[in-house]
Amino acid sequence: MLTKLAWRNIWRNRRRTFITAGSVMFAVFFAVFLRSIQEGTWNNMLDNVVNFYYGYAQVHREGYQDDQSIDKAFEITDTLKELAAIPSIKSIVPRLESFALASHDEHTTGVMVVGTQPDEEDGMTQLSDRLVQGNYLDADDKSALVGLGLANYLKLGLGDTIVLISQGYHGVNAAGKYAIKGLLKFGSPELNKRMVYLALPEAQRLYGAEQLVTTLALNIENKEATSKVVSAVNKMLGKGHYEVLDWQEMMPDLVQAKELDTGGSYLVLFVLYIIIGFGIFGTILMMTEERSYEFGILLAIGMKRLPLSIIVWLEIVFIGLIGTLAGMVLSFPLVYYFHINPIDLAAMGEDVAKTYEKFGMEPVMPAALDPSLFLTQAIIVLLITTFLAIYPFYKINKLDPISAMRR
Amino acid sequence: MSIITTKAVTKVYNPTTIPVEALRGVDLTVEQGEFTAIVGPSGSGKTTLLNIIGGLDRPTDGYVEVNGKDISKLNDNRLIDFRKDNIGFVFQAYNLIPVLTAKENVEFVMLLQKRSKAERDARSEELLTAVGLDDQMDRRPAQLSGGQQQRVAVARALASKPSFVLADEPTANLDSKSTANLLDIMARLNKEEGVTFVFSTHDQRVIDRARRVITLVDGAIASDERKES
Ligand SMILES: Nc1ncnc2c1ncn2[C@@H]1O[C@H](COP(=O)(O)OP(=O)(O)OP(=O)(O)O)[C@@H](O)[C@H]1O
Ligand SMILES: [Mg+2]
Repeated sequence: MLTKLAWRNIWRNRRRTFITAGSVMFAVFFAVFLRSIQEGTWNNMLDNVVNFYYGYAQVHREGYQDDQSIDKAFEITDTLKELAAIPSIKSIVPRLESFALASHDEHTTGVMVVGTQPDEEDGMTQLSDRLVQGNYLDADDKSALVGLGLANYLKLGLGDTIVLISQGYHGVNAAGKYAIKGLLKFGSPELNKRMVYLALPEAQRLYGAEQLVTTLALNIENKEATSKVVSAVNKMLGKGHYEVLDWQEMMPDLVQAKELDTGGSYLVLFVLYIIIGFGIFGTILMMTEERSYEFGILLAIGMKRLPLSIIVWLEIVFIGLIGTLAGMVLSFPLVYYFHINPIDLAAMGEDVAKTYEKFGMEPVMPAALDPSLFLTQAIIVLLITTFLAIYPFYKINKLDPISAMRR
Repeated sequence: MSIITTKAVTKVYNPTTIPVEALRGVDLTVEQGEFTAIVGPSGSGKTTLLNIIGGLDRPTDGYVEVNGKDISKLNDNRLIDFRKDNIGFVFQAYNLIPVLTAKENVEFVMLLQKRSKAERDARSEELLTAVGLDDQMDRRPAQLSGGQQQRVAVARALASKPSFVLADEPTANLDSKSTANLLDIMARLNKEEGVTFVFSTHDQRVIDRARRVITLVDGAIASDERKES
């Protein structure tokens, strides 16, 4: 009968129940939506960089991450070749990466030179999809692909020649001339301005690093398998010689920026929680006030304070639960919609899109469809409600039946 | 043995600010089976006395014994248990829990006493029949008249098998027909079942039905009359 009592009390003042549950619902709904969009946008951006260039994990010579010198190039030993046998690794893309000065006519600029195996590269990063003009590289191509931004800056067209000058392996001179075979367009403006792709053998010749690479990019089935793969690779390679980095370790700045932004949104959510919390507390106050006569009677006829408080607490928690569930159910279709159809910032005007591109971000905001986001917000809001519902304990504990029944 | 004994009970409200002496040395004994009215002008201390006897309030001085036990010394939780098992309360109005039906209201105290479902069912139906509400058991208080609500309250007060029933102006909000009806029921329960009733009232017709009338004036007993019957 105690549950019956609680249940009926919930529906006694329907309007208040709906308003309370409604504000809980709104809080959950808004929080889930906000976090989903934010998480989705960041993930999209990280995915862009990861999928279009880094891969989920890479193998370097020990210390390369801190000092990215061509002198840390290494040979692809048999042990390294065997990494391809690790489940979840689809393929291994060997790269020789370094910097160079690039010039054409009077113009000169710093570039990033990536020597890679064209087919493997394409299998992992779909590089050929980024071609806007010209053709993709062959395995032993003698020509180069360059980013569109770089081509514009150096006034390069297809068939023109780019000159690369740099320091090679162990200080040898590195210089070469390459015909432009194709132009690439990247979402990230930084890549657009900097990238020069060569076939791996040609890059090794340029840098005097025959048979050497600086990086093995691991083409892993999916993001979730990354940590498993990294530990398997570590186990195979042992300590000391190589470093195995996942995408978070390769891009600490970006990961940190994401965390900072997430923290910022929690500040916004915190304000929301407080506002909603006050609303809920208001109804709890009203409800306990309104029922203090009844509480007085119950105490008078022999109900103890603790069970009475628990019933009232359960009532409020239940209302909170209804609101939380409703909020989750309501936000799902919206989040799902924006997951499938990302918000397109280009539609909000050139400037917005430009600003995003300036920061190296694609101007779209997809929503993340992540159950843990729903759950986290639901639990936070429910905890707040549960916590506020403690008030009746205090109220009932100090309630004097006589004064409560005197109206 | 008398079921209620008060000895030199005084009650001072607001002792630190503006003291109000609501009771000044009340000595009283009530025996099993009494049908007693406490009367007196407004402010004479009737409610205060009933609250103290019922363990809802504590005397400033003196003591109250129920069935030979000094209740002024019980802590809050024990006092709640004491009320549950020993005293039936009927208040002036709004006695019932609005979301429970008449029958559930009567059952509620027995639930607190952890009686079995079968016993609760049987007793609540028996009591509601005794107060003439056998056809209204599943109604909520809002669907009952004031008189019917007070009859449910009497049934509830008896449900826990208390030593006695305390009723503070139980007819104050009732019309004369309902008043007479409620008094009939109380008198019958008193006569047939031996239930002890102590009630306060202003109503002369109610006073006329009592077999003992205690008159309070300014917090002290001014007269105590027993009638033959
Ligand atoms: N909580 C309180 N604080 C201060 N004074 C109180 C309190 N309760 C009662 N009193 C005072 O104590 C005295 C007795 O009050 P009580 O309610 O017992 O009288 P009563 O006989 O029941 O009156 P009525 O017939 O109006 O119900 C009155 O003077 C009243 O003002
Ligand atoms: Mg009174």
